[in-house]
Amino acid sequence: MARQSAGRCGAIWVWAALALLAALVASLLLGARPIPISAIWQTLLGESNEYSPLILHGRLPRTLLALLAGLALGLSGILMQAITRNPLADPGILGINAGASFAVVASVGILGLSGQVAIITAALVGTFCAASLVFVLGNLRAVAAHPAHIVLAGVAINAVLTGLCSAITLLNPSAFDRLRFWNAGSVDIMTLTPVLYASPLLLTGVLLALVLASPLNAVVLGRHTAAALGVRHQHILLMALLAMTLLIGTSTALTGPIGFIGLMIPHLTRWLIGQDQRRMMFLACLLAPLLLLAADILGRFMLTNGIRVAVVTALIGAPVMIYLIRRPTSESS
Amino acid sequence: MTTYAYHPADGAVLSGHQLTFGYRDHPVACNLDVQIPSGSFTAIIGPNGCGKSTLLRTLCRLLEPQHGEVQLQRHPLAHYSGRELAKQIGLLAQSASAPEGIRVLELVARGRYPHQSWLRQWHQDDEQAVTEALQMTDLTELAHCRVDTLSGGQRQRVWVAMVLAQQTPLILLDEPTTYLDISHQIELLELFHALNHQGGRTLVAVLHDINQACRYASHLIAMRAGCIVAEGSPNEIVTAELMQQVFGLSCSVIPDPVSQTPLIIPHRSPIWL
Amino acid sequence: MNSAWWLIGSRQGAWSWRVNRPTARLGLGLLLLCFALGIWSLYLGSLRLTPEVIWQTLTQPGHSMAHTVILQWRLPRIVMAWVAGMALAIAGGIFQSLLRNPMGSPDVIGFNTGAWSGVLLTVVLFKGSEFAMALGSLLGGCLTAGIIFLLAWQQGLARMRLIIIGIAISALLNAVNIWVMMSASQESALTAVLWSMGSLNGMTWRKCMPVLIGCIPLILLCLSANRPLRQLELGDDIAQATGVRIQSSRLLLLLSATAVAAIATTMTGPIPFIALAAPQIAARLCRDPSPSLLCTGLTGAALLLSADLLAQHALEGIQLPVGIVTISLGGLYLLILLLSEARRSSS
Repeated sequence: MARQSAGRCGAIWVWAALALLAALVASLLLGARPIPISAIWQTLLGESNEYSPLILHGRLPRTLLALLAGLALGLSGILMQAITRNPLADPGILGINAGASFAVVASVGILGLSGQVAIITAALVGTFCAASLVFVLGNLRAVAAHPAHIVLAGVAINAVLTGLCSAITLLNPSAFDRLRFWNAGSVDIMTLTPVLYASPLLLTGVLLALVLASPLNAVVLGRHTAAALGVRHQHILLMALLAMTLLIGTSTALTGPIGFIGLMIPHLTRWLIGQDQRRMMFLACLLAPLLLLAADILGRFMLTNGIRVAVVTALIGAPVMIYLIRRPTSESS
Repeated sequence: MTTYAYHPADGAVLSGHQLTFGYRDHPVACNLDVQIPSGSFTAIIGPNGCGKSTLLRTLCRLLEPQHGEVQLQRHPLAHYSGRELAKQIGLLAQSASAPEGIRVLELVARGRYPHQSWLRQWHQDDEQAVTEALQMTDLTELAHCRVDTLSGGQRQRVWVAMVLAQQTPLILLDEPTTYLDISHQIELLELFHALNHQGGRTLVAVLHDINQACRYASHLIAMRAGCIVAEGSPNEIVTAELMQQVFGLSCSVIPDPVSQTPLIIPHRSPIWL
Repeated sequence: MNSAWWLIGSRQGAWSWRVNRPTARLGLGLLLLCFALGIWSLYLGSLRLTPEVIWQTLTQPGHSMAHTVILQWRLPRIVMAWVAGMALAIAGGIFQSLLRNPMGSPDVIGFNTGAWSGVLLTVVLFKGSEFAMALGSLLGGCLTAGIIFLLAWQQGLARMRLIIIGIAISALLNAVNIWVMMSASQESALTAVLWSMGSLNGMTWRKCMPVLIGCIPLILLCLSANRPLRQLELGDDIAQATGVRIQSSRLLLLLSATAVAAIATTMTGPIPFIALAAPQIAARLCRDPSPSLLCTGLTGAALLLSADLLAQHALEGIQLPVGIVTISLGGLYLLILLLSEARRSSS
């Protein structure tokens, strides 16, 4: 893409920031019971009114979680696509979400653990293992393999892990009920406590991802070119692995598996702001939460009881993925 | 369907009339007329992207022309079924991929596909064709080796053997010598020459090396930007003016001391730093 | 040339069939293995019957307990395992060959997810019976396959497009499925998940017969398409130049493979990993990277028969769904496959 003029870039940032702000406000306002702005303002200032419980135990935690989860998913999507050099990489499709899910299901279903700390730890361990596997596979091809190869490997891993999840839940019916609700990814939470537990880890992941933004530009060109440019490929890989684990592990533990944000955000940011990974990452910090918030708000109005955000992202993301592959530039047999 | 009142010149076994072909939105050639003389070894030459391979693919129906018609033995290609066409035209494609672990004999035998059916999967005709093909390409000792253990030159010979086993009177070759070293290139070209002269088969090959094309081919087709600039025997058409016109190459043309065919000697061009 | 293959029929005559020697040996071996596993299945169980009793039951009509156990319970289960194993393996073999990828298997690409959607809808919306679930599975699977093919068709079927679109649709349906599961009652959800594991429990002739009638002709059709399948492996250009009609052959093969897998899994649920693993295992056993579909089919049958034996008798008193066994073994197999591919590409 031709280099964007400085003016245009500036405009994009401003619009993105404004849109995110609007989405945050809209998320507090809209829903089954619309809340007037004055009530929100009052509650945020510390006064309570008739809407305060709904705000403090519904809208506010939900909005904040969507913000953080969107951040995590968007940044990890950019990391994944850069490191695997695969335009279709997405933590959901490649089985990394499944790794987190499986670890959580196994710890709840088999080990009988409960409690936020346990679940977060389990999710982190699961994400780490799954992400390591994907990273190893994505980098062992000396020649850039066709994107379908790594995606298929990830999908197969996904299939195994989700099958094992089902098997475990079948053998433990009490866990089954709890887990089938968790398994449908959602930002619908009541209190901010789990978010508070997880956010230090999540924000560390965010920082790590942003630090990696610059070397990522070299990594995208391939292992050998990166080495020629002085970038230590192995170190970057390890750091990216750590960042991914923190990001996906914590967000999956909080929300359950949400897919497709990681797929769409890199393409969206690249389309708006060009190929520079640094810019893509920073724009993703604004756009990814925006996308997740928009999906959540949309979900509140679909059907009578609303739809969970993971379904909405899938309803949006799958057609996007199909469009991406049907474009003439990406067609090959 | 438009009918063309088109009668190919006598002696043309494969001909195209007013062909417009290419990929999707950008046609590579428009209203092209081409004739392949029967019994000739025709070489198609031209710069990269001029449409040589695309023309070849259109001539054997791998690509459907957007307009115009290709005729084989005065019958439109569209009238032939896939199997019948495969018994008439053989193709050595650039994009051939041997399944992993396949052996030479098995791969050559795959060339007999158009002559076989589900009920008749192996006949003594097949056996004879395969044996002959292996002999012609000097692969009889290597018949039981795995194709992926062979050298580049040997592997190309296996593909040639497969096409030979197909026993077609017409063989199309898409850049058959591009990835081979010089000795293998010459070896293969000598084989093609023998197939043409002694075996009586008509060959059409896309070649990059003009000198080799002049030496071995009996008929040249020079293309540029989707148009045929000249066609005829090498001695007739290969001149310095043609090279300038087709390739933008400044050169001298002298008779090859070995074969008396035209030999291109490119001039040196100064590099402006 | 005689050393490479066996010829059935006459070299000069009107008909002749060519069989690769190692393939033929393996095929016979697998056939014997399947029979052995079948007979062992007849023998094992809480009601241990001696071989003489089994022989008597099979050859003479009667109404004893042994007859019920063998003819009504065990035999349909064995026959179903055999046919479903063959069907899934053949479908997997066709897909993997056409998509040029050892992991391009129908259950990985997502044709199963549509079947599960069909079942979920039947169970949750219509509180369906077993036959309703089977119908839902068939319709869901075929509809999904149809949508995937339609979306992937752009002047022909390109490999990667088909794979990626399959994955996208599958992920979409998966999200919807999980949401439906969440909204349903616990028993409906449990039934659906149990079905999704794949199981041969409670197989009867009444359930088995429609599947046999549907699958067996399709299996024979697929087996007869072995030659064009092998020719397509040489690349589209060579295949077309030797007389194969590429687009129609590919479409026909994909449709048959999809249909045979969909029909086979209506009664059993989507048994995972047979379609993925059987072709690869057959390739390693045959020492031929593209084994004949017959060998692949027999390998699948042997795999499913053994998995079912394990599922029935591994744990005392519990009959696991066979899908749990295949997915555990499949997971292990996948890990080995990925690691060996990794080692191969790094060397």
